[in-house]
Amino acid sequence: MPPFTRRRTLATLAASPLALALPSWAQNRKLLEIGFIYVSPIGDAGWTHQHDIARIAMEKNLAGKVTTKYVENVPEGADAERVIRELAQSGHKLVFTTSFGYMNPTIKVAQQFPANYFEHATGYKTAKNVGTYNARFYEGRYLAGIVAGRMTKANVAGYVAAFPIPEVVMGINAFTRGMRSVNPKAETKVVWVSTWFDPGRESEAANTLVAQGCDVLTHHTDSTAVVQAAEAKKVYAVAYHSDMSKYGPDAQITAVTHVWDKYYTGRAQAVLDGKWAPDHIWGGIREGMIAMGPFGKTVPDDARDMMKKAEAEIASGRLHPFTGPMKDSDGKERLAAGKMITDDALSTMDYYVEGVQGKLPANK
Amino acid sequence: METFAQIVVLTLAAGTPLVLAALGELVVEKSGVLNLGVEGMMLVGAIASFIVAAKTNAPWLGVAVGALAGALLSQIFAVIVLSLRANQVATGLALSLFGIGLSAFIGRPFMSVVIEGIKPLAIPGLSTLPVAGKLVFSHNPLVYLSIGLFLVVQWFLYKTRSGLVLRAVGESPQSANAVGYPVIAIRYAAVLFGGACAGLAGAFLAVAYTPSWVEGMTAGRGWIALALVVFASWKPWRVMVGAYLFGSVTLAQFQAQAAGVAVPSQLLAMLPYVATIVVLAIISRDATMIRLNAPASLGKPYHPE
Repeated sequence: MPPFTRRRTLATLAASPLALALPSWAQNRKLLEIGFIYVSPIGDAGWTHQHDIARIAMEKNLAGKVTTKYVENVPEGADAERVIRELAQSGHKLVFTTSFGYMNPTIKVAQQFPANYFEHATGYKTAKNVGTYNARFYEGRYLAGIVAGRMTKANVAGYVAAFPIPEVVMGINAFTRGMRSVNPKAETKVVWVSTWFDPGRESEAANTLVAQGCDVLTHHTDSTAVVQAAEAKKVYAVAYHSDMSKYGPDAQITAVTHVWDKYYTGRAQAVLDGKWAPDHIWGGIREGMIAMGPFGKTVPDDARDMMKKAEAEIASGRLHPFTGPMKDSDGKERLAAGKMITDDALSTMDYYVEGVQGKLPANK
Repeated sequence: METFAQIVVLTLAAGTPLVLAALGELVVEKSGVLNLGVEGMMLVGAIASFIVAAKTNAPWLGVAVGALAGALLSQIFAVIVLSLRANQVATGLALSLFGIGLSAFIGRPFMSVVIEGIKPLAIPGLSTLPVAGKLVFSHNPLVYLSIGLFLVVQWFLYKTRSGLVLRAVGESPQSANAVGYPVIAIRYAAVLFGGACAGLAGAFLAVAYTPSWVEGMTAGRGWIALALVVFASWKPWRVMVGAYLFGSVTLAQFQAQAAGVAVPSQLLAMLPYVATIVVLAIISRDATMIRLNAPASLGKPYHPE
């Protein structure tokens, strides 16, 4: 029979795509689909960037078993609910919602999709299929405060903060306590910008703080604007979320960076093993969820040693940034001598500690 | 004294986008056209300048392109309003919305891009003088440009023949046409100038003030510029005063917080916009003054006989 009959050629052609597709189709059926929703653009640095590099690391760690999808720049509110629902509906068994303001949309969608698992970052509401996770950023803040307190000459630090929620407030307080543990005269000025991501406003706030005499800046916002402003005004900066030395080579003295890869890999593995259960995870330096960024060139050795020593003590549990005696900025005693603050008291923190100037705005 | 000088520098910078946009709009309104699309033109100018600055590493080229982009967008408005004689208010609002949306759409890939912006001057000998150095010699180049623009506009409107013709067109286009001046062409030119200025204002924000792009980064400054022209009863020097006043109110919210004033930050954030409303309300009490100073044909479509 001649080798290339019409019948044979057609049959081979028909069979080959199926043959090629069959393994990958079967594989896709088995891959765990994981969805991520981000509140700001991924960019080169910042809150969302750290989540995204962890997502990529998780994909690498579990190559062949998971596939991920992300949606970035989703504002908190109705849009968020729509996106979370879309992710759940399109087969993403595990969805990570990476902003505090996604809390209510996550709970709402989770009620409608009981077979999916949801992990909400920095929130406090859980459900049968919703867990929360957070990192003890305040531990990193305390350590950064040690370096800042040692390096400030004006004894005033500037803090550009987003919203007066407990997480942000405990960061301010921990930073101040870190500063004052090596420099009792240091104080913190806070400016609230009412946004997680707006480089323009963050710059304006940073410049205002410098004009008022601050020589160390730090921030609890998403962009690199504050570090860049510090670089332009030739003051020091402590970066938050990511190492921002690219944006402030002379300004950055250290960074408080978030490390989510181990956590994400662990949670995905739990779903793969069928062992996922909702939890309230709050890990810190010990669990590897916070890492301190590189020291700036001008940081003196004694500051580096002091920070590293405190870091080891926090990891081993011997040191807690919020240990009494502790007074708030009105002079009221909040912790008796020797007492460590409880997690509950931390999550509802609504006061400034001694050393923070001004009054904390109410967060309705 | 140092702090005061620093605050003056910050205030001038904060008021500059308002100066640029409002002076452009002043010229447009003096010719009798009401262009409400300032916010849209500013944002389009901002994103255009940012993209060019990011891609070519030449921020000044970005500024030029930003002005051009604002001018081009204004021409869409000009055709609809001057040649097709549509309602100026509705078209202006539509232009604003269009500009806001267009800039957000084309700006999506640029939200986290970092550029080398236009930095404030740092002249070796002069900028380091104790007080005068900061007050006079350390502003952003575009701040000096805006002051130059004010001088040019003031001179043009009140000291040149063409400026007189422009004002005549704004007061009574029928008479100007009777004398033989091309009313529509003059208005086209005025709208072009206004668009270029708004684009320049947006470019200043994106390339010099806070070198970055964020959706809607003008934060309502275009609308404040519009209000400013009325607040200033169409006089350029009053536009400058008003712009710097609003600039200082914008900064006040952060200054107050940093100084420890116990007012909720949300209230302080409202200040610039509340101040605009209050000032407008006070100015509008005197209806006669507004009638006297406003160009008589403002907002009315011109039908050549």
